[in-house]
Amino acid sequence: MSSKVLTKPLGDVPVALPPLQRVTLTINGAEKQLEVAPWTSLLDLLREYLDLTGTKKGCDHGQCGACTVLVDGKRINSCLSLAVMQEGKEITTIEGLAKGDQLHPVQEAFIEHDAFQCGYCTPGQICSAVGLINEGHAKTTEDIQELMSGNICRCGAYVGITAAVEQALKVCQSNAQ
Amino acid sequence: MAATTYVGKPISRVDGRAKVTGEAKYAGEFNTAGLVYGYVVSSAITKGKITKIDTSQALSIPGVLQVFTHENAPRPAHFDRSFKDDDAVAGAPLKPLYSPEIGFSMQPIALVVADTFEIARYAASLVEVEYKAEKPETDLTSKPKGHKAPKGKSGFTPPKDRGNAKKAFEMADVQFEAEYVHMPEHHNALEMFSSTVLMDEEGKLKIYDKTQSAFNSQKYITQVFGLSKDEARVVSPFVGGGFGSGLRPQYQLYLAVMAALELKRSVRVTLTRQQMFSLGHRPATLQTVSLGASEAGALQAIKHEALSETSRGEEYTEVIVNWSGSLYQCDNVKLDYYLRNLDVSTPMDMRAPGAATGVLATETAMDELSYKLGMDPLELRLLNYAEVNQLEGKPFSSKALRECYAQGAERFGWSRRNPVPRSTREGTKLIGWGMATGIWDAQQKKAAAKANLSVDGKLVVASGTADIGTGTYTAMSIIAAETLGLPIEAVTFKLGDTTLPEAPLEGGSWTVSSVGTAVQEACEAIGKKLFKLAKKLKDSPLKKAAFEDIAFADGRIQLKGNPSASVSIIETMRQTGINYIEEETTALPNFLKQMKYSRNTHSAVFVEVEVDEDLGQICVRRVVSAIAGGRVINPKTARSQILGGIVWGISMALHEESVLDHDFGRIMNHNLSEYHVPVNADIHDLEVIFVEEHDKIVNPLGAKGLGEIGLVGVAAAVGNAIYHATGKRVRDFPITLDKLL
Ligand code: FES
Ligand code: FES
Repeated sequence: MSSKVLTKPLGDVPVALPPLQRVTLTINGAEKQLEVAPWTSLLDLLREYLDLTGTKKGCDHGQCGACTVLVDGKRINSCLSLAVMQEGKEITTIEGLAKGDQLHPVQEAFIEHDAFQCGYCTPGQICSAVGLINEGHAKTTEDIQELMSGNICRCGAYVGITAAVEQALKVCQSNAQ
Repeated sequence: MAATTYVGKPISRVDGRAKVTGEAKYAGEFNTAGLVYGYVVSSAITKGKITKIDTSQALSIPGVLQVFTHENAPRPAHFDRSFKDDDAVAGAPLKPLYSPEIGFSMQPIALVVADTFEIARYAASLVEVEYKAEKPETDLTSKPKGHKAPKGKSGFTPPKDRGNAKKAFEMADVQFEAEYVHMPEHHNALEMFSSTVLMDEEGKLKIYDKTQSAFNSQKYITQVFGLSKDEARVVSPFVGGGFGSGLRPQYQLYLAVMAALELKRSVRVTLTRQQMFSLGHRPATLQTVSLGASEAGALQAIKHEALSETSRGEEYTEVIVNWSGSLYQCDNVKLDYYLRNLDVSTPMDMRAPGAATGVLATETAMDELSYKLGMDPLELRLLNYAEVNQLEGKPFSSKALRECYAQGAERFGWSRRNPVPRSTREGTKLIGWGMATGIWDAQQKKAAAKANLSVDGKLVVASGTADIGTGTYTAMSIIAAETLGLPIEAVTFKLGDTTLPEAPLEGGSWTVSSVGTAVQEACEAIGKKLFKLAKKLKDSPLKKAAFEDIAFADGRIQLKGNPSASVSIIETMRQTGINYIEEETTALPNFLKQMKYSRNTHSAVFVEVEVDEDLGQICVRRVVSAIAGGRVINPKTARSQILGGIVWGISMALHEESVLDHDFGRIMNHNLSEYHVPVNADIHDLEVIFVEEHDKIVNPLGAKGLGEIGLVGVAAAVGNAIYHATGKRVRDFPITLDKLL
């Protein structure tokens, strides 16, 4: 038994590429004026055009959290956002968390609790944790576990991640007082 | 204790800072001016033939450089053997874009290369393909007979039977037999396969590849494309998870190199998450385990038969049934292993390949037998404890499994267990306790390393191994620092580069034992030279000492009995006018010594689950895993490895399954939202115990390797706990809630 299968594009194919658009973003404190194609995701902009490869791609579909960055302090999946949608926004990536040599408390805690193995989910986990702390909703360990569940760690470093976020949350709260 | 003793102390990862700041670069992250992007087009059918492929629309898009298909792609090598890598199995490996034939779902059929990733991706969607499709066969359970598995690579030898298992089973007081099934699983490391091929002006390639062995990728590329080693350097400093999937070169490597050579450009090819399901995987397996025992519980017969899937082209084998001949004392054992060729991509080693599968069946069957006997599951295992490995007819080099059982049970509180299934509840939650045993190999392979100590006190150690999250950078730095008595901050360890001394594939839990031994030997060789120099110093307190009398600690060479009689390492080099000392060694296992013993790691796993009585929802509340893995070099990263293994075991028991539509032979859940792996909220209280075990046979370090053992047995223990909670036995993994309702 055999059958014919055809895969081809649906409808008419636009052959001219869309023109580049100007966008102004503040990335890790530095203002950047960029010409980007409208179909470039924020994630690809960071990784492929700005060499900020600390932000990772694990699925490109909003399913793993590896691409988490902070936009005006809120955590988002950068693979689900087009760069041009972020006009005027302040973006913080993993490269922008430390102050000089001084690591962010979340980064310190991740090292201390060995909250990673391969490290590929780590930038996303850390940005997500910073976002979680900013949100101020997490009160218990269970809250942290639930609110960190958008970030998959295939190495299974969750015990360390939870402990690290718990510690960093306390440090950040006491720093804020 | 001297400040420079590190082995056995919890040390934070030396690459930790690079990983938390985003500085650690993975294969697809090396950018260069003029880099172009390849995007793979995957077959829309599972079996059949491409009858027409039209790339004209794709090629008409500005920025598209080329579209490679079987019609225009080069065929650099003819013979199968050119495509055989160090982890290849018997048969014909995939030759990408060689022919219009389609042998598995999502087989690569074209590569679009363009100036940007977005253009390549868009143009890939414009490639029109016409296929003649045939009905694929992908269901292992449909026709449960295969052929005997051939003797294969990576240690699979058909196990020898002993006694007469058939007769002993028939005669046994108590008989138990059941069939166990689990579906395919895909590694799904979080980093997708990627190769960045940089071409210099002379046309030489520097290839950043996601791999568990830079040397294996280089071997493959040089064989296939007829390049010299100098023309194809492979580099891989960080790997975003491997779990075995990086043991063989994947097709993005071939495609990226092919495109770079054809177009004379630097090229990157990264797979999509969907395409990560078109690669090797843990094969679906059907198993039958039969256990015969006396009324008192002594095992009299073990029969274990497995049927696994493999592809049409290659005979993938793993060690599934052999473990059942080693785990327990039993005089009548029959072990059989069959393969069936299906229209799937060739399976691959996936964390604890074979053991994860085989021990799942055996350890579930042992649990089932314990209920039939009315015996405590731990009692049953202790009663049948194997003092020697009957399968190999050898004693174990060391085996602290008894201590694992004792310490694990104690910490878990096993003695308080009510033996009756479905006897414990908290409100609507049923609570259950289960346990299982784990086993894996402790192997050592040939490995080379070099070390260079300079007069400023900096030690650079190198070996072309990999760190896939296993903590290799840190473990090797620890071994080097301790051997020469230097602060760990003075040590830099380099890996993942074919210009470094050659190391074996990073897998099988043998990296610490193999590369660690080489690192230790290279550093010892430096130590010997230092000692000679130190003796020559004016008024040297070591003048009369022999090498055995001295120790390296705190940056000094000192007399063992009298540490105040010492000289500084840096001073020794300075005063003797030596700028650096470099040594390279190749460490070989001591075969003669090792041959006489079975060398294994063991574990005992205890699990508590709660199951919602009405909804069937399962939660693993508590796991205690007691590990006998020889000497632990770095308890901090070692614990993480075991914790990761436990998470993988929970995942195998409850979550992971690549679900196939057998009408089309396609995987239906090829993404990270429908292919379930545990998230943070799924993981609760996990505890790891390292049981003391001294072993001078496995290697001079006494370390057995911990990459796999953490996973083996966990899924069985979870399933056993679910039975204890609910009184319902599920033999079809993963145990999803629908199977409990
Ligand atoms: S890459 Fe964005 S969520 Fe996975
Ligand atoms: S550390 Fe490897 S995926 Fe999280």
